[in-house]
Amino acid sequence: MTKKILIVDDEPNIVMSLEYTFKKQGFEVFIARDGSEALEILKHHIPDVILLDIMMPNVDGYQTLSYIKESESLKHIKVVFLTAKNKASDIEKGLKLGADKYLTKPFSVKKIVSEILELVT
Amino acid sequence: MNSYSLVFIIIIYLAVLFYIAFLAEKKRQSKWVNNPYVYTLSLAVYCSAWTYYGSVGIAANSGIHFLPIYIGPVIAAPLWIVLLRKIIRISKHHKISSIADFISLRYGNNRFLGALVTVICLFGTLPYISLQLKAVSETFEIISGDNSYISTVVIDDSTFYVALLLAIFAAFFGTQNTDASEKHKGIVATVALESILKLIFFLIIGTYITFYLFDGTSDIYEKISVSDNFKDLTTLGKVEDGFNWFFMIALSFMVVFLLPRQFQVTVLENNREKHLKKAIWLFPLYLLLFNSFVIFIAWAGKLTFGSTENAEYYTLLLPLEHGNTFLATLVFLGGFSAVISMVVVSTLALSTMVSNNLVIPYGFLDKFIKNQPERNSKYIKTIRRISIFTIIITAYFFYVLFSKALSLYSIGLISFVIISQLAPSFFIGLYWNRGSSKGAIIGMIVGFCIAIYTLVLPFTLEVYSGTDDFRQYGLLGIEALKPYALFGIDFLSPPSHAFFWSMTLNLFCYLTFSLLSKGNYRERNYAEMFVDSKNFTNLQDSALVWKGEAYVTDIKNVLARFLGEQRAARALRIFFTKYELSQDTQLADARLINFSEKLLTGSIGSASAKILIASVVKEEQISLVEVLKILEESKENIVSNKVLLEKSNELSQLTSRLKEANEELISKDRQKDEFLDTVAHELKTPITGIRAATEVIMDDEDMPKEIKAQFLKNILQDSDRLGRLINNILDFEKLETGGLLLDLKEQDIQRTIAKAISSISQIAAKKEVQIVNNNVHSFMLSYDEDRILQVLTNLLSNAIKFCEAKTGKIIVDYKLGNQLIEISVSDNGKGILEEDFLYIFDKFYQSQDQNTRKPEGSGLGLAITKQIVEKHNGKIWAKKDIKNGATLVFTIPFK
Repeated sequence: MTKKILIVDDEPNIVMSLEYTFKKQGFEVFIARDGSEALEILKHHIPDVILLDIMMPNVDGYQTLSYIKESESLKHIKVVFLTAKNKASDIEKGLKLGADKYLTKPFSVKKIVSEILELVT
Repeated sequence: MNSYSLVFIIIIYLAVLFYIAFLAEKKRQSKWVNNPYVYTLSLAVYCSAWTYYGSVGIAANSGIHFLPIYIGPVIAAPLWIVLLRKIIRISKHHKISSIADFISLRYGNNRFLGALVTVICLFGTLPYISLQLKAVSETFEIISGDNSYISTVVIDDSTFYVALLLAIFAAFFGTQNTDASEKHKGIVATVALESILKLIFFLIIGTYITFYLFDGTSDIYEKISVSDNFKDLTTLGKVEDGFNWFFMIALSFMVVFLLPRQFQVTVLENNREKHLKKAIWLFPLYLLLFNSFVIFIAWAGKLTFGSTENAEYYTLLLPLEHGNTFLATLVFLGGFSAVISMVVVSTLALSTMVSNNLVIPYGFLDKFIKNQPERNSKYIKTIRRISIFTIIITAYFFYVLFSKALSLYSIGLISFVIISQLAPSFFIGLYWNRGSSKGAIIGMIVGFCIAIYTLVLPFTLEVYSGTDDFRQYGLLGIEALKPYALFGIDFLSPPSHAFFWSMTLNLFCYLTFSLLSKGNYRERNYAEMFVDSKNFTNLQDSALVWKGEAYVTDIKNVLARFLGEQRAARALRIFFTKYELSQDTQLADARLINFSEKLLTGSIGSASAKILIASVVKEEQISLVEVLKILEESKENIVSNKVLLEKSNELSQLTSRLKEANEELISKDRQKDEFLDTVAHELKTPITGIRAATEVIMDDEDMPKEIKAQFLKNILQDSDRLGRLINNILDFEKLETGGLLLDLKEQDIQRTIAKAISSISQIAAKKEVQIVNNNVHSFMLSYDEDRILQVLTNLLSNAIKFCEAKTGKIIVDYKLGNQLIEISVSDNGKGILEEDFLYIFDKFYQSQDQNTRKPEGSGLGLAITKQIVEKHNGKIWAKKDIKNGATLVFTIPFK
């Protein structure tokens, strides 16, 4: 069965690389430019995993994750933070909110893929 | 009326007064006794038999000269609020019991000064009391029509018995309490009642004579105006009379404060300071009423009897002449009332002085120290009672020996002049702290001697020698020493003359010796306390500079001798509580010494109190140097306290400044953290893009060409972004740390605007946003073109960013203001949110409402813009209240 991934990031160049890579890995990829777009998509599609940036306009990553964890139908979705914020306090906060993994930018695409695969299989 | 019925009336009247005094003593707290009216009426003890009978005599003989004696007090009354209030406060605080005590305390509990004042008061008051007795006996004779009273034997003289009765009254109600500073409510109440009676009776007889015997005031006036010397009687006359008037007014002005009986009622018997407020207008009114009929009675008497031989008793003689014995008796009783109040209050005041300032300090102190408390208090009372009897009896004999030859008026003035010798040390001492005891003593003695020489001696010698050689030719026949014309001043009346010389020399001596000699520390202490009585509460007990060794138990023993064990213990308890000292304190300090002296002052006078306390205290004399040192130390303390206060103020200011600085630092630190965070984020983003894209291309060799090209384009884009960002950060850092130097040149702003528009026109064209340059006029101005270009480009790209594609329109405009040029960039985009106005120029600030793609910029654009504008001494702001779109404005001043 095809795995579904939702990539949430406001940087189009980064999204493009990720989208290309995951599609090649056989994922069905959804793209959102911020939290509100992501939540909109989640109304219609339930992905297996969400790759979530934190610093975004409008609804940021933290808010988006909180919303997901409050929703009965969404809270089972694996969430991976992918952000430039790499302070210990940020990481702690992210994991406390219920993220399954916390990965930092800049990143190795291969590493991201292996982490995600580890989560969904 | 025969003398027996008159005696009977007198006895009834005295019984009534005894009863009233008794009631008042019994109900000391009653409103009937403690009100401003009783206080004011008691002040009218000023109007003695002299006023009652003497004024008419003067009016008949020499016209309106009876008036100055009342004008003085009337002038003095408004000053009471200031002057008397001060005196009353001091007296209450120090438990002063007489004017002798007051003056002696002012000059450092000076024993000799207290005694001297007492002696002067005795000399001044004895003739005055004898004057009252003379009035009683003469009026008695007139009413009873019996002249057998002029008995050669004292036993037969009814006046003697009257004097004795008065002495009993004064002794009984005047010595209820050992502490003479306690109020004598009974005596005050009777004095007030008598003041009403004497005024009413005098007004009745005035009305009777003026309107019943004659046809009103104008009738009397018309009749008298045809007499020979009428003009002399109603006008002031020559310049000399003016002098006489002036001196008499000054004299009465002083004595209304100084007469022992006046001091007694105005100061010592004052219950509340506020009673003064009523007294200052009510008392002058009383005097005015009293004098309203005087002149008409005098004229009426003159018209009726022709001669002015017995003019002083016209008020009695006129009704008797018309057979009205009842009215005459009323008048007699009015006069008798005036006599009783004067005699009783005077002897009360004098006896306190004699006991507290003469007898006790000069003879009985040693005895007191050895005695039991109950016996001491009994002794003091006995001394006072004996004094009262002695004074009245002495006055009686003075009357028998001298007064018969003199008029009431002249005796009264002799008293006034003698008493007025207290004036310089009393009044000046209140306001001049240099006034010293030496000055006071010498001034008083000199003044007193002159008064005796110029006033008392002439008539005494005349009575004894029967000739008036002394008056005619002066001492030893020396012209300049003629008693009524010293050094050739012969145009004044004898009392004015005596007052002039005695007061001038008294004042001169007082001032000179005060300036020449400084008092000891104790004296200066009290001087300070009297003069600076406003700070009295601060000074109080601790004001005394005192050095020595004393034990509380010793002091307690002394106190107990006069106050009794219980009261002494209670007083000490109160003292210790007040100053928060332990109840079993062993060593006494200056405050306790002063406190104890004050406690004893009421009973035995201030000088004696000082001596008594000194007997148990090993006081060390403080040298002047030490006093100065103490003063200097306290001064230094004050100064260093001031310095400390200033320092502490400075410190707290510094603290708050530090706090502010710290807060600023913290906020700066936070800002720096945020800045670094943001910078890191902004740097990481393009790097992430580059890294990811590169990795994808590398790992996928069979990537389609177009996709590969897209990835490469992304890499290029991100690299550019990275370069721009680094440039901006460097720029910003340079601007913020002030390291940037402007390259100022005179150039055309219009050209710069055009340049900026053209440089950004490609981006605008891409989004199909229109840019309009509104003002095409050139204007030369000095600025750094590259930097202003940066500003304009920033503003323009911002505007493009917020404009809708295709419909967007941007207007660049400039206008000239006051010494500056104002350049604006307006767009028709979505505008700036109200909450953003304050922050849009902050670095990395991004509106929450920004749902477009991230700008090309770095988040530093507007912050840099702001720095550049401010570097040019201009300002930048976003215009508020714009209908649609946003307008950003900046200014560049001309110079």
